[in-house]
Amino acid sequence: MANYKLQINGRSYEADVDPDTPLLWVLRDNFGLVGTKYGCGIAQCGACTVHLNGNAVRSCTLPVSAVGSGKVTTIEGLSADGDHPVQLAWDEVDVAQCGYCQAGQIMSATALLNKKSKPTVAEIENAMNGNICRCGTYHRIKEAIVLASSKLK
Amino acid sequence: MTTFPKTSRRNFLKIAATAGGGLLLGFHWSKTEASAIQVVGSLADDVSFNSYLSISPEGIITIFSPNPELGQNIKTSFPMIVADELDADWTKVKVVQAGLDTKKYERQVTGGSGAIPHSWERLRKAGATARHMLVEAAAKRWNVSSSSLTAENSFVVDKAGNRKLSYGELATEASSIAVPKDVKLKEQKDFKLIGKAVRNVDNKDMITGKPLFGLDFYREGMLISMIQRPAFGMKLKSVDSAAAKAMPGIVDVVSFKNNVAVVGKSTWQVNKARKELKIEYEADGPLESTADHDRLFKDLMVKGEATVRRKDGDVDAAFKSAAKVITREYQCPFLSHSPMEPMNFFAHVRPDGVELIGPTQTPDRARMEVAKLLNMFPDNVTVELTRLGGGFGRRLQADYALEAAELSSILKAPVKVIWTREDDLCGGSYRPAVRYRFDAALDAQGNLVGYKLRGVGINAGNCTREDNFPSGAVDNLLIDSVEHKSPITTGPWRAPITNFLAFAEQSFLDEVAMAVKKDPVQFRLDLLDRAKSNPVGEIKYDIDRMKGVIKLAAEKSGWGTKKDLAQGFSVYFSHRSYVAQVAEIEMKKGKPSLKKIYAAADCGVVVNMSGAKQQVTGGVVDGLGHAMYSNLTFKDGLPEQKNFNSYRLIKIKEIPEVECHFVDNGIDPTGLGEPALPPTGGAVANAYFKATGKRLYNQPFSLQEELKGVTLGEKL
Repeated sequence: MANYKLQINGRSYEADVDPDTPLLWVLRDNFGLVGTKYGCGIAQCGACTVHLNGNAVRSCTLPVSAVGSGKVTTIEGLSADGDHPVQLAWDEVDVAQCGYCQAGQIMSATALLNKKSKPTVAEIENAMNGNICRCGTYHRIKEAIVLASSKLK
Repeated sequence: MTTFPKTSRRNFLKIAATAGGGLLLGFHWSKTEASAIQVVGSLADDVSFNSYLSISPEGIITIFSPNPELGQNIKTSFPMIVADELDADWTKVKVVQAGLDTKKYERQVTGGSGAIPHSWERLRKAGATARHMLVEAAAKRWNVSSSSLTAENSFVVDKAGNRKLSYGELATEASSIAVPKDVKLKEQKDFKLIGKAVRNVDNKDMITGKPLFGLDFYREGMLISMIQRPAFGMKLKSVDSAAAKAMPGIVDVVSFKNNVAVVGKSTWQVNKARKELKIEYEADGPLESTADHDRLFKDLMVKGEATVRRKDGDVDAAFKSAAKVITREYQCPFLSHSPMEPMNFFAHVRPDGVELIGPTQTPDRARMEVAKLLNMFPDNVTVELTRLGGGFGRRLQADYALEAAELSSILKAPVKVIWTREDDLCGGSYRPAVRYRFDAALDAQGNLVGYKLRGVGINAGNCTREDNFPSGAVDNLLIDSVEHKSPITTGPWRAPITNFLAFAEQSFLDEVAMAVKKDPVQFRLDLLDRAKSNPVGEIKYDIDRMKGVIKLAAEKSGWGTKKDLAQGFSVYFSHRSYVAQVAEIEMKKGKPSLKKIYAAADCGVVVNMSGAKQQVTGGVVDGLGHAMYSNLTFKDGLPEQKNFNSYRLIKIKEIPEVECHFVDNGIDPTGLGEPALPPTGGAVANAYFKATGKRLYNQPFSLQEELKGVTLGEKL
């Protein structure tokens, strides 16, 4: 066990956990940030996607010891009141079915748009291909990203 | 207007205001009679009522939604129906997920695409009754005839008097109005919400990461457990748990039945300790592998003891005298449901009762089975419903809730059992593997005079749907099934049986149509005309509704008019609804690319156009993904694919465009959670044949010789 100080959503958090504990479980079990989901544990489905220094990472395979002083953003910290353009687009397009994967989808989409505000369809598909949606909401995911993109300056 | 009959007074309870004022309307979701609708004074205690609709003096309308929500959008659709008949301001409707309460609710189940068909009329009457009472209350206050008043957007309006009162203002007075004996329902043309695209009521919570799902449930002092289960056909022999118990954060390791549960304080510590278990298993039955199943399928197809499901005419004579016989076989593998949220459940067993919290499609089944397991009265078991991160039929089973309850009773502590993805893929309840053989007898004029279907399934029960099309359209027909009992457990998987049977049947009919040189769409329409004009035996599908979707899909897809595209057709009836699909494949540089799927659905009245399109589009994507990629094979009783690195689900790059259309025929809703899935595999396979001349007989397509080197889904 070791003590880790983490910067998450603009706040400081502390956890006493094993160094190999994935960030995902520290977020969920220790900090109560359960918006980040467990889906596969091997970085194959994207449900656990968070941002580390602005980049989309799979928190299920990222050991807490590797986070260091990096800035972590989870779905809870994406906006103050769910009003990030990507979140608004997700609502407007009515993307979710069961909704379980959507936090990860939104985090991947946001990381993409942060890097490239006007992605092509191919770029959207490439960026989102690691996020599985078992309900098959892919069409609306694409539509919502295009909509969010159109609203970004 | 629809009018419902008078009912006995004794069914009504007293009418009263709520403690804080306001109208509280109880209504049986289970009964269609107006007697089911009652006004009651209190939210608590009264067992006569199944659910409640309340209006506060501030005008907040609260509707309790009793059915488990797993993405079928019931938590939005149910309240929409109530709100429409109520003429409520939708922005002021608050929806609350109800817990399990068998005294208040009936059919608190998500399965069989049945919730809307079951509750449609009940929900409408609940809304209409409250509306009536609010209008009467306004009439009384203004001292005018209620017939001169209208209701809109949570107001009762007196147009002549140029005045209006809000539902909130009227709620308390409305509670003293007599419950109407006859309640008038709207005509379809007067619906304001029903049929519109209304956004999911949980959108905000989902996009901001609120704790909605079972896995998100935490409670102070709760233990976390993961369970090691044996392969199918194995049982527990011995456990050495010393090393696991010595790991940090581990509270205990306990065995029950054939399970070994590691219990600890955090998910990761439990997961790590679990790897330190030393477990010996021994054989408890046959250890089956996919190679065994392949051999069994071929043997049983010929020599299996078949149960006859339907027999019309004289099949032997028809095949004997046939000018041509076509025989084809089709096979599919086991599939995992793989909802994105793995199985999990919280249980707290106390001496006086059990608290269960988690994601289940069948809360009452969980309650009853837990009560039986722990020898308790069912009334002492409560079930709180979380949102379900998908179900697809997996959560019709109560196994994982039972595990949590049994473990909690052993530990005498609250515990949440969590399955990993590997546990989920290895944990059973799969879509059964099935093989079909179809035989068609054609006369010299190309008429289908004989039809045989044999299904061989592994724990599949009756793997046919003997009364589905083309039964009724063929003079001589025999449908039977053979079952192999296996230790590998199976269960309903979205559109049970038809999820593969539809592909096989629609592929076969396509081939038969080609053999008699008929257009596949016309071939089906001709068979349906035959079934209509001169039916053979009993017909249990609606011929006109099936023809309706066939024609709509053909029209919208421009069937037969596109020279550059290979189109494939498929139509299927399942769970009361009808869906036809046309898949389009384009050949680019000699390579086929799946561009688009048109879907025409008849599910009766569409309640929520946004949710309905999701169910159809999602059903197509689900049907395509599993037809193309997913494959669960076994080696000695264990799946060979244990996570998403080897068990393939469809991805965003692999979806074609999907265009949905709905038949608008005013029929009461007939369900849409499943019916769009079955036709997809057949439409794609038939288009693939048109494009390449190659037939696909087995799933997943991506592993078949005919599709070697082809990435059908991915853009080329």
